[in-house]
Amino acid sequence: MAEIRKDYLYHLVLKGERADGRRFDEYRDIVLETGLIRKADGSALVKLGKTQVMVGVKIQPGEPFSDTPNKGVIITNAELVPLASPSFEPGPPNEVGIELARVVDRGVRESGAIDLEALCITTGEKVWIIFIDVHILDDCGNLMDASSLGAIAALMTAKVPAAQYGLGEDYPLPVKDVPVATTAVEFGDAIIFDPDTDEESVADTKLTVITTADGSICGMQKSGPGSISQDAIHRIVDIACERAKEIREKFLEV
Amino acid sequence: MIGMDEKLSFFKDGVRLDGRRSDELRPIKIEVGVLARADGSCYMEMGDNRVIAAVYGPREVHPRHLQEVTRAIVRYRYNMASFSVEERKRPGPDRRSNEVSKVSREALEPVVLTSYFPKSVVDIFVEVLQADAGTRTAGINAASVALADAGIPMKSLISSCAAGKVDGEIVLDPMKIEDNLGEADVPIAMTPGGDITLLQMDGRLTKDELKRAVDLAKAGCRQIYEIQRKVLVDRYSHMEPEICDEAVAMAGEEI
Repeated sequence: MAEIRKDYLYHLVLKGERADGRRFDEYRDIVLETGLIRKADGSALVKLGKTQVMVGVKIQPGEPFSDTPNKGVIITNAELVPLASPSFEPGPPNEVGIELARVVDRGVRESGAIDLEALCITTGEKVWIIFIDVHILDDCGNLMDASSLGAIAALMTAKVPAAQYGLGEDYPLPVKDVPVATTAVEFGDAIIFDPDTDEESVADTKLTVITTADGSICGMQKSGPGSISQDAIHRIVDIACERAKEIREKFLEV
Repeated sequence: MIGMDEKLSFFKDGVRLDGRRSDELRPIKIEVGVLARADGSCYMEMGDNRVIAAVYGPREVHPRHLQEVTRAIVRYRYNMASFSVEERKRPGPDRRSNEVSKVSREALEPVVLTSYFPKSVVDIFVEVLQADAGTRTAGINAASVALADAGIPMKSLISSCAAGKVDGEIVLDPMKIEDNLGEADVPIAMTPGGDITLLQMDGRLTKDELKRAVDLAKAGCRQIYEIQRKVLVDRYSHMEPEICDEAVAMAGEEI
């Protein structure tokens, strides 16, 4: 991004404004649609402002890991396909994609949203494997929150395709918690939530906080080559809990 | 008789299974300048973790398209030896080590004065020889010392350690069993001034517990900083006369 644009954004923030007129702790409009992909067992399209992310969930029987013979498996992957941004290139996931997938995975896993033991079919032999595939369609900033929201929404609407594998009737995937990720950047003294791509490139550091339905924290990630003060961390966590609660109430009520 | 208690207790007579208090670090050993070929290097033990870090550079960037015109780039490769863990790890990078490499690099980049060396690269390689929870923090500590050993200009050192939650209590520097069976893990890295350059968290904590965990981990980082600093001061205050002697001898030869 041009230096002059960075300067402009920075000075706007010093005046208490953002380029698109949002408050510092305000999210862009969120549109969530689920079940668009009939071939997937669960799916969600998230639009966070102009950012668009499609998440598909596939559930298949497979072998458990040898150290957890009675637990299902969650595998999360993110594809930063070149269609989504001029800076994405074809090829295997780079570290940005890997980090994104692992933070989405952390939210789902650490919140205990999926009861892995309930996904056991035959101990040591067969369990349900849940593949969460995040497909970025349009990167206009804050992929972490959009992808995490898409993942939990897709899981909440997913059906375990038991009939297809002769394992009884299909049933909804039981989801026990609703993790929501919220991301902020620090600009000088200001803390800005849901950064767009320009804001992401001005601030060198993002902090993602994942909270659960009971208001506890189940995952965090500082991302980017900068530093952040402890005071800012706690300020972000406080607001993150509020925003997450609003998002959960608005989009993820069971 | 373990069956008496339903779950394993992490505390016995008020101390942890390895005899530490909840705010105590594992024993730390740091050696600087352990590799001959590298520009800077450091070996570190943090409890049962054994890591070695090497720094090469600033040097020419290959491939060239990664060059930055106004600054040096920093690369960080965290790699676990296949024998470093209980069950043999498949050699080479996996998704976890890719992520660890990224966040570790980003933990060090804020202090490296990259604008001094445009179009060059500072390569940091961290090999984990033995792992026992906290390898990324040990790697960052070692890498920070190795950067100083290589003479890379930095604003400060970086120190790193984790806090965790076990049996409902916040503890400093969790060891393997506490990390595996504990309720949360919060690795951080920071500058001596208290700016946080690495922050991750998994598990489950309330806001208040998070604050206590970060406070505790920061206290741990401050202790580690003192050790890092001492190791460097010891090394280079002893080195000085030798370097002088060598320089004098070399100067003599040339004449």
